[in-house]
Amino acid sequence: MKTNIILAGVGGQGILSIAAILDTAALQQNLYVKQSEVHGMSQRGGAVESHVRISDKPIFSDLIPSGKADLIIALEPMELLRYLPFLKKDGWLVTDSNPFENIANYPDLENVLKEIKTHKNHKIIDALNIAKNIGNSKAANMVLLGAAISILPLSKDVILNAIKTLFDKKGERIIDLNTEAFLKGTNTNLNQ
Amino acid sequence: MKLLVLGNEAIAQGAIDAGISGVYAYPGTPSTEITQYIQKSKIAKERAIHTDWSANEKTATEAALGMSYAGKRALVCMKHVGLNVASDAFMNMAISGVNGGLVLIIADDPSMHSSQNEQDSRFYGKFALVPILEPCNQQEAYDLTRFAFDLSEKYDLPVILRMVTRLSHSRSIIETQESRGENNLTIPKYANNFKLIPAYAKDQYIRLVAKQNDLLADSETSPYNQFIDAKDYSIGIITTGIAYNYVMENFEDKPCPYPILKLSQYPVPKQKIKKLYQSCDTILVLEEGYPIIEERLKDYFDIDTKVKGRLSGDVPRTGELNPNIVGKALGLTDDTTYKIPNIVTGRPPELCVGCAHRDLFDSINTLIPEIGEKHVFGDIGCYALGSLPPFNTINTLIDMGASIPMAKGASDAGLFPTIAVIGDSTFTHSGMTGLLDAVNENSPITVIISDNSAVAMTGAQDSAALGRLVAICKGIGVPEEHLVVINPLHKNHDINVDIIRKELFYKGISVIIAQRACVQIPKLQKDKIKETILARTQN
Repeated sequence: MKTNIILAGVGGQGILSIAAILDTAALQQNLYVKQSEVHGMSQRGGAVESHVRISDKPIFSDLIPSGKADLIIALEPMELLRYLPFLKKDGWLVTDSNPFENIANYPDLENVLKEIKTHKNHKIIDALNIAKNIGNSKAANMVLLGAAISILPLSKDVILNAIKTLFDKKGERIIDLNTEAFLKGTNTNLNQ
Repeated sequence: MKLLVLGNEAIAQGAIDAGISGVYAYPGTPSTEITQYIQKSKIAKERAIHTDWSANEKTATEAALGMSYAGKRALVCMKHVGLNVASDAFMNMAISGVNGGLVLIIADDPSMHSSQNEQDSRFYGKFALVPILEPCNQQEAYDLTRFAFDLSEKYDLPVILRMVTRLSHSRSIIETQESRGENNLTIPKYANNFKLIPAYAKDQYIRLVAKQNDLLADSETSPYNQFIDAKDYSIGIITTGIAYNYVMENFEDKPCPYPILKLSQYPVPKQKIKKLYQSCDTILVLEEGYPIIEERLKDYFDIDTKVKGRLSGDVPRTGELNPNIVGKALGLTDDTTYKIPNIVTGRPPELCVGCAHRDLFDSINTLIPEIGEKHVFGDIGCYALGSLPPFNTINTLIDMGASIPMAKGASDAGLFPTIAVIGDSTFTHSGMTGLLDAVNENSPITVIISDNSAVAMTGAQDSAALGRLVAICKGIGVPEEHLVVINPLHKNHDINVDIIRKELFYKGISVIIAQRACVQIPKLQKDKIKETILARTQN
């Protein structure tokens, strides 16, 4: 059993928090994990990605081979499309519906969403607003993580625990916010 | 103990557990997290391990050598191009040898994710005749760090541990060993070793050369240079560092059908390679970076076509490896199904909203019609993004500190006015000597130090320049009437344009310090910065 996940977005959107939660949860569930991330110049408003690999056997490559990702979670719809070559046939796409337009030539959103909808297994969620409604749009990343729960090789409880561990230093309020965002996400079941 | 860590953090934990007394470094992607991990480590605090940042990679390397001279173990960390700066110290410490263990972690950046080149630091190891270690995963990064200190103390030599971006910035689970104590303070037994006047240096060089046979013998029997046999001898694979992972990935849960020589310790084990070479029909060399091993195996005139790799075209000559590139070299098909749709556009990095560099570039750009196109020389840091749209202000980025001497050289050639834009930390890293040249000749250039009180690009580490820029410039000899401090804010745009214009057209050396803290610095750190500036300027 091996699950390959690509996390995509724009620097500062909270990809590394999702990655850290997946890592921590995998460790708690005694699974092997490898997770590569982008540091340095690209973090400044540029496209960023993280490869997360979780398995019950040792993992070799830090990078997911193209055509082998089971799931792409994107905090921004165009960034989802950037990593399509990694997706395995009929793999899952989970994305926020809201574009992050810090570039002048951002494509027409309708076309972006149309492209995503050509894939059988997709879920487009207004995660930003779900997060905003519970107190902070920054928790959109947790909504998306929750939405992908059925594809993950991790239990809900172990992820909730990992959220607690990761945000421990930031206090009760931040833990609660992220927990709620994650749970809201789990309610938007992929298989519906 | 089990830890979930980045490759860089595995090294840091390995170094703490190996009993270091100090880490010396200048921040640089992809190496920065090693030092940061030690700075935050509880054990490191309890043991009072030295962790302050150095002004540049050369001072870091020299300080580490001093610590080693005094018998203690020292770690030095830098990105690949940092070793160019430190190379004078590095090449000569190979001649002098070390006392306490000294390990240099050099983090290469193949594919240039955050760098201006993809030079391969293994060249430096061979150049200096010292051992190199190259881990394939996080666990090896941890294990090899302690092994590197052992090797360093066994041979009294500095040892390079070569990292690459993918391993530096990938997280996995490692198992740690028991931590060992630090070395005692001891003066070198043969203190003449460190006196590299020709009389002693000649002897030391002979000793260094004489050690090579033993280093090679160690490589031949090293548990980190592993031969993994298999049935199909049509291809013999040589991997270095993380290339091994990409081979194994292609066979997923099955064993690789071809024999593999998995290398992590240099000098290259000749006998092991020879055996593989003689027993296989072709040899596929998979190495991250330059084709260093491949070039040694390949015949100069390409008559022998047995060796495949980056030089033969079976693997791309430039850029980092990945599972697909390696799979293709092995003749396997990949499972790519989808393409990137045409509507996807690039999203390059950009300066943060509210960044002071933005306002500085706006001011300079207002003056471009008066000064002419392409008179602005740049340097290394976030402000290098000023070379891209929408600014297009900066025209050069070569190496740390190059902006000032390049502006001076262009001025010597007759270009007027010329401007150098350099960050505060880059200025104290390698800009001060260039400014001294310009001051001594009273060159008609304007140096703008864009001072954001941090080494911002790598994550806002402490800047050695903090609170010292005015004093440094005065000390170097910049005349006070042409040493101006401005606040690059939008509301100050017109005043700043006037100030910059005045200094630009002044026919002598002038320095403008554009001072406003990086917007990414957290509140707590900002308070600390203010305190430091106050303390330093009051003295």
